[in-house]
Amino acid sequence: MSGPEVYPVLLAILGMTAVTYLMRVGGFWLMGRVPLTPRIRRMLDALPGAVVCATIVPLVIKNGLPAGLGLIAVVAILALRGHEFLAVFAGVGLVALARAGGF
Amino acid sequence: MTAGSMPDGGVLVRRRRGWHAGPMSAHEPTKPPRLRWDDLIEGARLSWPMIPGTVVFAAAFGTVAAQKGLTLWEATLMSALVFAGASQLVAMEVWSNPLTLGAIATITLVTATVNMRLVLMSASLRPVLAGFPAWQAYPALLFTVDANWLITMRYRDRPSAAGIFLGGGLAMWIVWVPATIPGYLLGALVTDPRVFGLDFVLPAFFVAMLVPQWRGFRRAIPWAVAAVVALLVERLVGGWWFIIAGALAGSFVGGFADERA
Repeated sequence: MSGPEVYPVLLAILGMTAVTYLMRVGGFWLMGRVPLTPRIRRMLDALPGAVVCATIVPLVIKNGLPAGLGLIAVVAILALRGHEFLAVFAGVGLVALARAGGF
Repeated sequence: MTAGSMPDGGVLVRRRRGWHAGPMSAHEPTKPPRLRWDDLIEGARLSWPMIPGTVVFAAAFGTVAAQKGLTLWEATLMSALVFAGASQLVAMEVWSNPLTLGAIATITLVTATVNMRLVLMSASLRPVLAGFPAWQAYPALLFTVDANWLITMRYRDRPSAAGIFLGGGLAMWIVWVPATIPGYLLGALVTDPRVFGLDFVLPAFFVAMLVPQWRGFRRAIPWAVAAVVALLVERLVGGWWFIIAGALAGSFVGGFADERA
């Protein structure tokens, strides 16, 4: 029974692997072929912060109050103590608590 | 080779603003970059805040994969090869039994859209890895995930950035792959990651990495543009396009608005 079952599963896994690896190298490959003008440099410089904001802001707004509280906790602990591990855990813990509390 | 291009053999040096190809731009010594063992360890150490969340996230994937009828070996293989948690979970949502060719095409396409941000992430890794030969840089990029990319961006000024990138990626992989197994075996271990706030681990880590990069309001304009465009696209288009649309918009603003730089 494993013959016809395993083959499509493997095919799906390999398909996922292939597209993901293409994306992991695609941007790097492309930037090796684009002349690094000052403008491109500034775009690359702005990219990390832009990716971060574009990822989290919609997610946080979708998750409402608990996520908002968690974010405030992360920023506050980072600003006060500068401790990333603590900040991430306090934020996640607060989200879990707020959800358990029914928010 | 023009002065503007990034020769693979060149060393990129980051100054106060922007990237400069070392050999072209000035008097910096052009040492060939080297991967140091200490830098790998440092990368693994810096990714430590992400480890517990990663374990539970992988376990959640294992649980869902078991429910969808994957064997343990298939679930673990997917974690080892794809190594991109969000896309693996979303792929499980469109997984069907038995798998038709159409379903496989859908799964592949969905994986691509969820992981599209990796294109932008790998673009921004160019200056970090540019000095390394292709046979080293391309395999290293296999280990690009959110956590080690973020850490690398934060410490990209350092010569050790490439080692930090690879060390962090290897650490995440070593944790991610075996952590799939307990979730699969115990079944209902983590049925809903939301209960533990686990869907918030990555956003929290993102913010924790972003806060130290704050350089005043003017430098944060691209961030605001990225956030607004992402929100709009998420509302109007749906799916996972909002990340790439917002990030590109922010990056363009960063490149075009700041002409005085």
